[in-house]
Amino acid sequence: MTALLVIERLNMRFGGLAAVQDLSFTVEEHEILGLIGPNGAGKSTLFNLINGVFAPNSGRVVFRGADITGMPPYLVARAGLARTHQIVQPLGAMSVRENCIVSACFGRENLPLARASKAAEEAAIFVGLADRLDSLASQLTIAGKKRLELARALAAQPTLLLLDEVLAGLNSTEVERMIDVIRRIRERGITILMIEHLMQAIMTLSDRIVVLNIGQKLAEGSPTAVANDPAVIEAYLGDPALAAEFRGVA
Amino acid sequence: MSAAMILRRPFFWIIAAIIALFAVAPTLGNDVELREDLLLAAVYIILASNLNLMLGYAGYVNFGSIVFFGLGGYFCVYFMSALGWGLASAALVGGAAVSAFALLFGLGILRLRGAYFALSTIGVNEAVMAFVTNFAPWGGGTGIYLSTELFQPLGGPAHALWVIYYMLVGVMGLSLYLSYFIKISKFGLGLLAIGQNEDAAGVLGVPTPRYKALAYCVSAFLPAVAGGLYFFKGAFIQPTDAFDLQFSTEAIVIAMLGGQGTVLGPALGAFIYEQLRSWLLTSDTFANFQLVIAGALLLVIVLFAPGGLMGWLYGFWPRLKKVLE
Amino acid sequence: MIGLLASLLDGLLVGSVYGLAAMGISLIWGVMDVINLTHGAMIVAGMFGLYLLVNDLGVPVYVALPPVLVGGLLVGVALYWVAVHRMIGRPPLMSLLSTFSVNLVLIGLGTAEWGTVLFNVPVSLPGFSIGRYTFPGTHIMAAVLTGVIAGVLYLFLFHTRPGKAVRAVSGNREAAELVGIPTTRVLALAFGLGVALACVSGMLIGTLFPFTVLSGDAYQLKSFVVTVLGGLGNPAGALIGGIALGLFEGLTTPFMPVSWTLVFEFVLFVVVLIAFPGGLLNFRWSRRVG
Repeated sequence: MTALLVIERLNMRFGGLAAVQDLSFTVEEHEILGLIGPNGAGKSTLFNLINGVFAPNSGRVVFRGADITGMPPYLVARAGLARTHQIVQPLGAMSVRENCIVSACFGRENLPLARASKAAEEAAIFVGLADRLDSLASQLTIAGKKRLELARALAAQPTLLLLDEVLAGLNSTEVERMIDVIRRIRERGITILMIEHLMQAIMTLSDRIVVLNIGQKLAEGSPTAVANDPAVIEAYLGDPALAAEFRGVA
Repeated sequence: MSAAMILRRPFFWIIAAIIALFAVAPTLGNDVELREDLLLAAVYIILASNLNLMLGYAGYVNFGSIVFFGLGGYFCVYFMSALGWGLASAALVGGAAVSAFALLFGLGILRLRGAYFALSTIGVNEAVMAFVTNFAPWGGGTGIYLSTELFQPLGGPAHALWVIYYMLVGVMGLSLYLSYFIKISKFGLGLLAIGQNEDAAGVLGVPTPRYKALAYCVSAFLPAVAGGLYFFKGAFIQPTDAFDLQFSTEAIVIAMLGGQGTVLGPALGAFIYEQLRSWLLTSDTFANFQLVIAGALLLVIVLFAPGGLMGWLYGFWPRLKKVLE
Repeated sequence: MIGLLASLLDGLLVGSVYGLAAMGISLIWGVMDVINLTHGAMIVAGMFGLYLLVNDLGVPVYVALPPVLVGGLLVGVALYWVAVHRMIGRPPLMSLLSTFSVNLVLIGLGTAEWGTVLFNVPVSLPGFSIGRYTFPGTHIMAAVLTGVIAGVLYLFLFHTRPGKAVRAVSGNREAAELVGIPTTRVLALAFGLGVALACVSGMLIGTLFPFTVLSGDAYQLKSFVVTVLGGLGNPAGALIGGIALGLFEGLTTPFMPVSWTLVFEFVLFVVVLIAFPGGLLNFRWSRRVG
């Protein structure tokens, strides 16, 4: 399988703080790659570097063979890379349907208005927002808004989907549902790179895991391998008892 | 969207009715006073509708939008007096020239966000005014006077005033239709997304720099044409009139009053504001307080009814949204 | 050459007062993300405050400073409650329009009352001469007073509880609330301070130059240029930026007509902002976190 996304020696400093240091890894086509690490490890910064919100100090981001380093976000979206935000960013005064239409119109598919409506509806129904299609985005619950982030990203029919803590703040039923949705997204052929703190979820969903700590790659491999990696356990979990529990899950 | 589909939408005909009203009302009975009142209203509608493209759709306040009106006036008057062009071509070419100017400037200042953009639009107006005041070919500080001869091709001064009026009504109609067609287009959707959350819109793929520049450029054209017609009518143009910030301030108040982000809002707002203004001017106490009233009105709207009149109506009858844009 | 140097030095003195004015904008912007478009009107208020106190009440010129300062603080707090309080948290467009509308009302009332006539407060203070060049006493006094006020502001922000509360709220409003700081009152105080600074700078400018009700606009633009030169939300930077602008004016005014100075300042404003979106002394990464 070919590498869909290549992160090559990325560096990002904010003043004196090195948020991302010499980071390299790849995302293979059709896989679900999980990205974990303690808070402040640089995960969200990495997403911002990938989709063009920041331009890195050095290094490259290569997507489908093309160098997209530092490209503005709208061009990255057009290239087929969609993302959700950790802090949800709904277009508040627009309905769920309209939010998704924006994505369908301006994302990879670049559909005209007439066809976008259908694609938008499909995406919203897929994530379970069928009954909220005409509700205002600002009136959704936090779970609904998270699902809207996902629906919007999907409406563009991306090749690569960046999920930034889609499960945070959801109760266990909602988490179950979301995990199911993510699986079905992969079944459609969309590659997924996801940041998550919910260990159970990310361990079961991911094919491979990359662990970040203080902006550097700490470990990379299958969930089991990573769970048993002493460096990961020490950096991430600290407590041996918790570590044992962690290993029990993987 | 096909032409047939648009013709079936009631709102298309509502705009047509407004245009018809403006055209017909003063014509019946040859009412010159009404014509002058409606002319001013039409100018306000043109200014407010076009600035609404930036304000109501994309969320960018253009305090100095009057610069398009004034520059358009100067181009037109200059083309006619110095180069002997006819009114229509002078106004249209003036409009195109100002749009090009807007595109150029826009590419620079649209990189600024929020307040800084707003402030720099004032700066653009001031800079252009300072330049024109020192620009001899355009009459510098004294301005340009037009000879009455130029009214002959239009059938003499009295007849010309009617022709200019109809042309302005035409420009007003175009402004309303432009607002409408943009709103229901993909471009408009992108602008509205930018207005909601510019960063999120970018992440969703909306080409924000291009769209903002285009909106700014488009919002310059019709006001520039209108400026050409307006100042030709007065047969005189000078910098302090052409670049009077008060005019664009009133346009902002009108757009907010009627309902920013809607097509009908500027028209309703202009109507109400015009009535208010003429009532104020007749009352001795309030004649000096025009700006105070405008400011107070704007404050009340921003604090308590940011959606303006249309917003308030939508709140009452949500179904209205489907019919009235 | 010496003439140019003298012009520059004078620019430095006057520029410090611009810096004081800009601190007002900078403080409010830094604490609550609001651009105060009544700033110009408040500068004019300071000018007219000086005029009324000196002419109608016979107060000695520099004694007018404390009442103008306190008056500005009170007016600022009132303005906060009228126009700004409800706008916190709403899109920036809204606070822009609300402060803009208050500005319209104030300037409208001002012109109705005083027209566009030129006012002047003559102040005689012995100057400082070096050879052929005299530095007006008023300029020196204004710079000195600016330094004093800036010093007092610094002490307030860094060594008093309310001041620290202001800094806390400006850093992270939610966190400040969580530790029990009454954020709304702090915001009102900060806005009041910002306006007080504007009024005092207006008063000082009134001792330097004649003014009209409409003079505020030019000084407001200068304040924004300075804020941009010195960094948003950075009062110390504002002072430095003000001096820089004063120097710029000292350099250019001997060589071009006054009406063009503003145009150049505007161009400077736009160019600096495009190149350094966070301001010169404080350049941040240009895009926001998604």
